Amino acid sequence: MKSPISQIYALVRKDVLLEWRQRHALFGILLYVFSTVFVINLMVREPEERMWNALFWVVQLFVCVNAVAKSFLQESRGRLLYFYSLVHPRYFIAAKLIYNVLLMLLFSGVTLLCCMMFLGNPLVKPWYFLGVVLLGGVSLSLLFTMLAAIAAQASQNAALMAIMGFPLIMPILILLSNVSQSAFSPVVQPGLGRMFLMLAGMDLLVVALALILFPFLWKE
Amino acid sequence: MLLLYVIIGGFMVPVPVIGNNQQAARSIFFHLPMWMAMYTLLTISVVNSIWYLATNDLKKDVRASSAGSVGVLFGVMGFLTGMLWATYTWGGTIVNDPKQMTTAIALAIYMAYLVLRMSFTDIDKRARVSAIYNVFAFALLIPLTYIIPRTVDSLHPGSASSPGFSDKDTAGTIKMVLWPAFIGFTLLGIWIYTLRNRYKRLALKNILHG
Repeated sequence: MKSPISQIYALVRKDVLLEWRQRHALFGILLYVFSTVFVINLMVREPEERMWNALFWVVQLFVCVNAVAKSFLQESRGRLLYFYSLVHPRYFIAAKLIYNVLLMLLFSGVTLLCCMMFLGNPLVKPWYFLGVVLLGGVSLSLLFTMLAAIAAQASQNAALMAIMGFPLIMPILILLSNVSQSAFSPVVQPGLGRMFLMLAGMDLLVVALALILFPFLWKE
Repeated sequence: MLLLYVIIGGFMVPVPVIGNNQQAARSIFFHLPMWMAMYTLLTISVVNSIWYLATNDLKKDVRASSAGSVGVLFGVMGFLTGMLWATYTWGGTIVNDPKQMTTAIALAIYMAYLVLRMSFTDIDKRARVSAIYNVFAFALLIPLTYIIPRTVDSLHPGSASSPGFSDKDTAGTIKMVLWPAFIGFTLLGIWIYTLRNRYKRLALKNILHG
C-alpha cells in the first residue's frame, strides 16, 4: 500500500490526464462561458457595477454546476467499483475535491477574463477581485463536488443537482457577492474580515463533512 | 404517554391568548415556540440520520424523515407567524432583515431535503443519500439561523444592535406564559412526529419486519 499522498496524487493525475484526452468537455465548458457572457453582452451591453457583480456570480454558479457535475457522472459504474477496490473512499473524494478545485480555478479565471472583455471593466481593485474570484471558485467547487457525489447516486442526476445545490449555495454566493462588492469602490467596507472568516469556515465545514460522509455514500 | 403529550400540548395552546395584553407583542407566544419545536424536531431528525449511517437500520431513517417533515412544517409556520408580526411591527411582510433572509434559505435547504427523498425509488439508497444530505443541511442550519444573524445588525431582538426582550418584561408575565408555550408546542411537535413516524412504519411494515 502506498502512502495516502501518493495515492491522492495518482488519482488527481489520472483525472487531469483523462480530461486532457477527452478535450471536448473542457472546451465545451469554455465555449459555454464564452457564449453566456456574450449573450449578456448582447442583452445589456455594459451593466453597472452591482449588476456586473450579480451577473458575474450567476455565470460562475452555472459554470461550476456544469463543470463539476460531470466529475462523477463520467465515471461508469464498473470503473467506480474498480476504484473502490483500489483506494480508500476518503482518498478518492479528496482527489476529486482537489481536481475540481483546480478545474474551477481555471474556469474562474476564464470567466473573469470573458466578463472583463465583453461587459466592460468597472473594477477599481482588480487584484483583490481576482483573489475573491479564485476563493469563490474554490468554495463553489468544494460544495458542488460533494453534491455531485450525492446526485450520482440518484437517478435523475442533473435536475437533482440543481434542486439540492441552489439552496445550499445561496449563503456562500451572498457572502461572495458582498465581499467582492468592495472591489468596485476604493472605500473599505466594514466587517470584511469577518466575512472572509465565515467563508473560510464554510469551506472547512464542507471539506470536513465530505471527508467524513463520503465513505458512507460509497457503500453499495 | 402519548395521551399525556396531547393533553399538555392541548392545554398549553389556549394559555397564551389570555396571558399578555399588548397587542402585536402577543405573537411572541406563537412565533418563538415554533422555532423551538423546529429546532427540536430537526435535531431529532439529524441524530436519527447519523444513527442510521452507523447502524443501517431503516427504522431510524423513517424517524429521521418524519421528524424532518414535521420540523419543516413548524419552520414554515414560524416563518408565517413572523411575517404576520412583521406586517404590523416593521411595516412590511418581507423586509430586508438578515434573520428573515437566512431563515428562508435554511427552509429552502430543508425543502430540498424533502424533494430529494421523493426522487428515489430504492428505499435503502434513499435512506443513505438523504441521511447524508440531512447532515449537510443541519450543519448549515445552525450557522445560518443562529450564528450569522447574531453578528449582523437586525430588526430582530437579540442581534448585534438591538437588545433582547427579557429586560423589559418587568412583571415576568411574558416568561410565565412563554416557557409553558415552548414546552407545549415542542411536545405538540413531538406528538405529531410520533404519529407520523408510526404511520410511515405501518406503510413500510412488510419491508421493515419481513
